[in-house]
Amino acid sequence: MGKWTRRAFISAGVVAGGGLIVGVAIRPGNRAAKLSKYVAGDGETLLHTWVKLDSDNVVTAIIPHAEMGQGVGTALAQMLADELDADWDLVKFEEAPALGEFANYPMAQAMLLAGADIPDFVLPTVEGALIRTAHALDLQITGGSLSVRTTGAYGMRIAGAAVKEMLKIAAAEAWQVPVNQVIAENSQLIHKASGRVEPYCAFAESAGQMTPPVSPTLKSVDEFKIMGRHVERHDLPSKVDGTAIFALDVRLPDMLYATVMRAPTFGGGIDSVDELRTRAINGVVDVIQLPSAEVSSVLGGFTYAESVAVVAKGYWSAKQGMDALNIQWRSTENDGVSSDAIFKQFDRDISAGVDRESDIAQGDLVASMENAAQVINADYRVPFLAHTCMEPLNATAMVKDGHCEVWVGCQSPLSFRQSIADALGFDIENVTLHNCFMGGGFGRKSRPDYAIQAAQLAVSLGRPVQLIWTREEDVRQDFYRPAIQSRFRAAIDDSGDLIAWENTYVDKHEPDEAALIPYSVDVQDIGHVRSPTHIPFGAWRSVAHSHHGFFTESFIDEVAVAAGQDPFDYRVARLQHLPRQLAVLTKAAKEAQWHLPLAPGRGRGISLQSSFGSIVAEVVEVTVKDGNLSVDRVVAVIDAGYAVSPDGMKAQIESGIIYGLSAALFGEISIKDGAVVESNFHDYQSVRMSDAPAIETHIINSGADWGGAGEPGTPPIASALTNAIFNATGNRIRQLPIKNVDLQAARESTAAMG
Amino acid sequence: MTVITVNGTEQKLQVDPSTPLLWVLREQLALTGTKFGCGMAECGACTVHVNGTAMRSCVTPLSAVSGQKITTIEGLAPSNNELHPLQQAWIEEQVPQCGYCQSGQLMTAAALLATNPSPSDADINIAMAGNICRCGMYSRIRRAIKSAAGVQQFDPAVAELAREINNG
Ligand code: FES
Ligand code: FES
Repeated sequence: MGKWTRRAFISAGVVAGGGLIVGVAIRPGNRAAKLSKYVAGDGETLLHTWVKLDSDNVVTAIIPHAEMGQGVGTALAQMLADELDADWDLVKFEEAPALGEFANYPMAQAMLLAGADIPDFVLPTVEGALIRTAHALDLQITGGSLSVRTTGAYGMRIAGAAVKEMLKIAAAEAWQVPVNQVIAENSQLIHKASGRVEPYCAFAESAGQMTPPVSPTLKSVDEFKIMGRHVERHDLPSKVDGTAIFALDVRLPDMLYATVMRAPTFGGGIDSVDELRTRAINGVVDVIQLPSAEVSSVLGGFTYAESVAVVAKGYWSAKQGMDALNIQWRSTENDGVSSDAIFKQFDRDISAGVDRESDIAQGDLVASMENAAQVINADYRVPFLAHTCMEPLNATAMVKDGHCEVWVGCQSPLSFRQSIADALGFDIENVTLHNCFMGGGFGRKSRPDYAIQAAQLAVSLGRPVQLIWTREEDVRQDFYRPAIQSRFRAAIDDSGDLIAWENTYVDKHEPDEAALIPYSVDVQDIGHVRSPTHIPFGAWRSVAHSHHGFFTESFIDEVAVAAGQDPFDYRVARLQHLPRQLAVLTKAAKEAQWHLPLAPGRGRGISLQSSFGSIVAEVVEVTVKDGNLSVDRVVAVIDAGYAVSPDGMKAQIESGIIYGLSAALFGEISIKDGAVVESNFHDYQSVRMSDAPAIETHIINSGADWGGAGEPGTPPIASALTNAIFNATGNRIRQLPIKNVDLQAARESTAAMG
Repeated sequence: MTVITVNGTEQKLQVDPSTPLLWVLREQLALTGTKFGCGMAECGACTVHVNGTAMRSCVTPLSAVSGQKITTIEGLAPSNNELHPLQQAWIEEQVPQCGYCQSGQLMTAAALLATNPSPSDADINIAMAGNICRCGMYSRIRRAIKSAAGVQQFDPAVAELAREINNG
């Protein structure tokens, strides 16, 4: 279209309510010309980073987040469209390409402002270069349940409101009428007195010449038309007919296929590779050793270990070639490490309390424990967990004339692009990244190791190549939810009142406040010791909340039982200072008919955890019969401030619950000889249809700040479940997964003791 | 050479006949709707129909389906401008999250409804046991199967009835 004459610039402003917003207005100029190739088609005016308006009057929300299943595009588009007063049928969305111009400024700002809830893997940037340069090159990430509450709240809505104001001004000028007489409605501008009606697109170009308003007016909740409404997700039709393109579905001319393997023992490397039998396999093209890669970027500094790749004309030949390789791995200092040894180490380090640091320390713990009518002790443990996204890790790459193109599903396109450039020694301009639909992410796809391998292969092959990890490699070369041990001591007085809470756990991870409890207790000492292992750590759906939600909400249950009180009532009595939490918990109990008695062998458990700005309570109902557990029903209540996409939010809560339930029931990565034992879905199991409970989700629109939805459903489920099992059987489960517990034997021993 | 019929089209394939059908579909025929999840018949992502029966294509060698009729997700809909009742129900119930497992879920569910037009919860549990959804959309899948079962069960009869009534 060739009308780019001005430059891209950043507009910033403060909106009512005190939130700082930063938007990127794309204007004609050399940088924008580069962008126009990716975003603006013929006849389109790119008004703003997040809004595109074309000559058919279609508004496209350009979404700076990757779609990994949560329907983020639809929710963000709703926020934009509502403020813009667009006709929902004329709204589309597309994901922003991985170019610096689309870096996620609103998210960066929200992190800087709020301080809390920053996912571990972006921390270095927030601390560092970002503040100095305000150029968040690597912040195009999806994680920390941040999409709606930052990009949506601070970016999309503002962008929509700003664009609407610009269009109104443009129309007022063209019509020579006062701007306050111009009404924007359903993607049309209307001047009632003169009867003029024109579509938005008629003013796209003149609006494009304007400076965006610094402080556009946002709607109040009662003015919302599209937010809070049930709309169908845009991406679903392609996900029921097989046409959605995941990274694994990319097909390039002349493309080869490859699979890889790294040393099973973390920290290990390759000693020797005997390729003889592999080379004899029909279809095998090459065996290539890929060097270790050092990357610095948003993730901080990382080294990804070297690997062996088998390249073939098809995946099947590559896989057979890999099975036929005879690889000798270098021995490492971790060769003797087992899960047992790791937990012994945790136990020792907690007991020794070496370098213990407190998250919170208030009141006189020693005196409280001495004066207690009863002291309750318990140790809890969770194992390492893999992510097992449904789509095994894969990436497709092509290098031509010094330029590398990569097709991948990832949670952080810009940092992937930087890491690939680092690993190849390319300038970042010479790396193009196409982010595809992700078959799950859950935190794993924030690590670029698999994309780097594909790019390295493309360099050495000089041909396009699709790298597909085996499921076995996917399970054994993950970045794991850490195994954690957590030790508790609580004191109660004669009346059962909780007077002191002490907790020491190993390994602190984001978010900071995950181990804190909402209950009012004057004396608290919650802290952690360092007890590092050689197992690679990674963000796993809800990060540290995934284990602390199990620990603290199980132990408060134990305390309630020791005090001889109902676990729900006991919590309620200690939540009077937190009305939102109280409301969520109370609604969950009410919807689940908490006080209605259950038949013998059945039980109910409750749990409450706030994470990523949202408060979630869950009540689980179980039946335990002849040692067999059935999870019958889950009632969940979420207060995320306001549900933009109520059905989308419910789906995410369901998803978070099942993900956490899989972990609670079956999830266990065990370590033997320094390596992971499990390998595929037969020994690292997931919840299946017959295990899946009926789930009812209720939403409270409290009007508080926007919270996330992708992760907060996960933390409460494990403790709600084990509390229910206790209620049914008298058996307190303090170590996950539940599959290792003999519920029959446990019940008998409990009965014998009682 | 192996000959198979895929979504109604005959395909002559020069591929090592021990290659699993999954990779033949995805790589030789570029039918990428059928997914890879585990490679060992544990997850169901690769489910297709062989003569109407749901099979895990990741463990089905090409030689085993020589001369057979294969249907993949791309061939599930009755025509280009119509959806299968299950696909329709999948959209109505907003089933997919990431969507990666859904081709397999749909193919398994379609094979179920073809032989059991009104499955009970227990029937659904058994039929769908081999299909994992890591996004955990089981309640929605169950609901969608039931609502599509309603459609399938009643549609032909109702249509017949309507025609009779209309024709007087
Ligand atoms: S890929 Fe065939 S069952 Fe998992
Ligand atoms: S929708 Fe993602 S695995 Fe089923």
